[in-house]
Order: sequence, then structure tokens, then C-alpha cells
Amino acid sequence: MKGEHSYMKLNSFYSRKLHSLLGVIPLGLFLVEHMLTNYEAFSAGKEGFIEQVVWLNSLPLVLFLEIFGIWLPLLYHGVYGLYIAFQAKHNVNNYGYVRNHMFMWQRITGVITLIFVVWHFSDTRLQVALGNIGHEDLAAHMHNTLSSPIWFALYIVGIIAASFHFSNGMWSFLVSWGITVGPRAQRVSSYIWMGVFVILSVLFVLALTAFTDESFAFSTLESVQNQLG
Amino acid sequence: MSTETQNKAIKFVVTRQEDQSSKPYKEEFEIPYRPNMNVIGALMEVQRNPVNAQGEQTTPVCWESNCLEEVCGACSMVINGKPRQACTALVDKLEQPIRIEPMSTFPVVRDVVIDRGRMFESLKRVKAWIPIDGTYDLGPGPRMAESKRQWAYELSKCMTCGVCLEACPNVNEKTDFMGPAPLSQVRLFNAHPTGEMNQEERLDTIMQDGGLEGCGNSQNCVMSCPKGIPLTTSIAALNKDTTKQLFRKWLGM
Repeated sequence: MKGEHSYMKLNSFYSRKLHSLLGVIPLGLFLVEHMLTNYEAFSAGKEGFIEQVVWLNSLPLVLFLEIFGIWLPLLYHGVYGLYIAFQAKHNVNNYGYVRNHMFMWQRITGVITLIFVVWHFSDTRLQVALGNIGHEDLAAHMHNTLSSPIWFALYIVGIIAASFHFSNGMWSFLVSWGITVGPRAQRVSSYIWMGVFVILSVLFVLALTAFTDESFAFSTLESVQNQLG
Repeated sequence: MSTETQNKAIKFVVTRQEDQSSKPYKEEFEIPYRPNMNVIGALMEVQRNPVNAQGEQTTPVCWESNCLEEVCGACSMVINGKPRQACTALVDKLEQPIRIEPMSTFPVVRDVVIDRGRMFESLKRVKAWIPIDGTYDLGPGPRMAESKRQWAYELSKCMTCGVCLEACPNVNEKTDFMGPAPLSQVRLFNAHPTGEMNQEERLDTIMQDGGLEGCGNSQNCVMSCPKGIPLTTSIAALNKDTTKQLFRKWLGM
């Protein structure tokens, strides 16, 4: 049997479980946090958003949190996720059941989300790390990017994919850890997580549209300095 | 028989294959209609008169079957895109031409004959049995509650037919996932009051490569199982048991 020759590599049960866990803690939590921060741009305008960014950057050991709470988990979840995604042999044409479609879309949105996140990271946080822009310029930077209809559309695709991947992933997580066992529990869970998907997507889209507002156009350095006193 | 039914013909397209290594090809057949025919009856007709739709002499189509009442699992094949037993596939209820293919998730031996050996290997691997042998008479085992027996009986209906493996997108040449059927048997034998005494060993086995983690929750298995076995409930219940086992081991309990 194939499995018996692989003593050397990490038992796939544990690597798969780690992948599942990291998708929720910390990545799922981070996604929700990111949505809430962005949503400030819609609900409280530029000042509210900047206040959130300043608060986040004031967290203790923020670089440590970023490395161990976001980047490394993302790397593992993304790379191992690609391995999982390309193992599946999709068959929705013959088995057009809802869950089989979800299974396929979980993998498609996973790949889209990974590409989107890598690009989004290199366009924002990496630029900050390289010293090309400051944290305080990000709002204006996003305004410029999102003013282009193509980028705006690509961002919509990216965030909807990420929201779906998270919500449907939560459904799978609850099954994979044995929390939702019976068909009724799994059905109710489906409704709840699809509701979460819709809410998450709507709030993200609202935040995106908020960034296109002219008030985000000019550099926000001044506002940050005011905030910091 | 009226003249109308006498003249009616059943059209078949069979995906055939000479042996394990040769390339599959399609062959069409037309056989006279009889009422209440099943796919096996139609294949027997081809066996009696191995002539294809073009009127050429050909080799008879090979298939496997035993019980003819959907309890042995031997005649599983893909009929009109869905894996099922040929014995309960009634021609009157099928769209024509009836497309017949082997369940190619398994090694194809010839035509629609497949080798389901991997499933039996998996059952051995997970020790899907109750060990009752001792060096002395162990006496009667513990009793099983009726309420438990009722759901466990549903799991015992599995005939290792392979339909769930064929339907599963994660059972393929790129993975070594054992598939839903043997996993559900782990739940069955872990539910048995005597089998329960070895439950940790079975759980340890499915917490290895090719085991439980291979499930991606597409849930095609439960939709396809001809016996209506709650396969996804079994898998989720095992997820629960293995999660508990995981923490028990880590915490040294």
C-alpha cells in the first residue's frame, strides 16, 4: 500500500488537521478582523478607518503577531491547500449535488484567494516593509487602486472568493472536527455559514466602495499625525 | 407480446477494454426489447448473440454478478453516468442509449469487470472484524442496546460494492484515501460492545496516511450509496472520535 512507504514524512492526518485548524485560528479570525477594520472606512469614514489602523499598529509585538498570526499560517494553509486542491478529481457533471459543488468551489475559491492575498500583500504590506509607502499612506494607495474599474472588479472577485472560502471552510471545519455530526446539524450549519458568507461579502463590498470616496484621495499622513497628537 | 414491443430495440453503448493495459473503446449494441429487463439481462442477450449494432461479430461483454438482488455488490458499474448495481438498473427506467462504463476508479480487468481488491485490503487494514478468539472460553460478550443495534444494523448493510469510492472526488490515482466504505465499517465495529475493546487501534489506523483526513466533505458518497448508509454521518462521528483520541493522547490521558 502506498501509505506504508511514507514513514519519513509527517503523518498526513496531522498535517491536514493543522491545515484545518490554521484556516480558522488565526486566519479566519484575521479575515473577520480585516473586514471589521475596513468596514470602519464605510461606517466612520477616513478618520474612523485611520483610527483603527493606528490602534492595530499600537498592538504589542505587532510584527510578531503578523509573522506568527498571519504570514506563517497563511504560507502553510496556502501551500498545503494547493496540494489538497489539485488532488481532487472534480465530478460535478455526474454528481450535481449541492455539497459536491461546494466542495469544488471551496478549492476554486481557495486558489483565487491565495493569488489575491499574495498580490494584495505585495501591493500593501510588503511596500510598507520595503519603505516605499508608510502605513498612513495605505488608505490613499487603496483609493488610487480602487478608482480603476478593473482593479475594483478584481478586488470584488478576491474578497467574495475569500469570504466564501472562509464561510464554507467553517462548515467543513465543524464537520472535520466532529462538531456537526448528523445531517440536520450539517444542514443548519450550511444555512448559518451561507448567511455569514453573504454578510461578510456585503460588508467587504461596502468597505471597498467607501475607499473610492474622494476623501481618501489625498495622503492621510496629516490625519495620522493629528490622531497621534 | 404485441408487435410494437417486438420491434422495439434497446440501444446500448458499452465502454470496453480488452485487458488491464489496453485502451478503452466504445461499442454499440442493439438488442430486442423485453418488458421488465434489467441491465444484466441485456448483457446476457449480448452474450448469447455477440453482434454489435453494426452487425459485426464481436466478443461478448464481460461483467460480474452474483446475487441479482442488490446485496452482493459484484455487478457495480457506471450506468448513464452514475455508479450503481446493474441488477437493479431496470431498462424501462433508463434513458437510451444506455451508457455502460466500468467503475474506472478501480483497476479495470476487462470490459466492466473491475478489481475491488483495494477495499478488502482497507477492511483488513482497519481490522473490520470482532476479535473473539482466546486461549480459553471468554464467555458471552456484553449486550448491545437495541437503540444502538438499530443504527449499527444500517451500517452493516455495506456490501463493499465500491459505488461510494467511484463517486468520491478524493478517491483517485493522486491520493491513497481509502474511501467512505471502510471508514463506516470502523464506526460499525467500534460501536459493537466487543469490537469497542479495540476501538483505539482502529482509530489509530485511520489517523494515518490514506485514512480519515482524505475526506473532503463532497458528500457524494451518501447521495450515491445504494443501501442508503449514512456514510457522512459515520465519517463525522469518526472525526469526533479521532479528535477526542488526538487530545487524549496529547494530554496523556
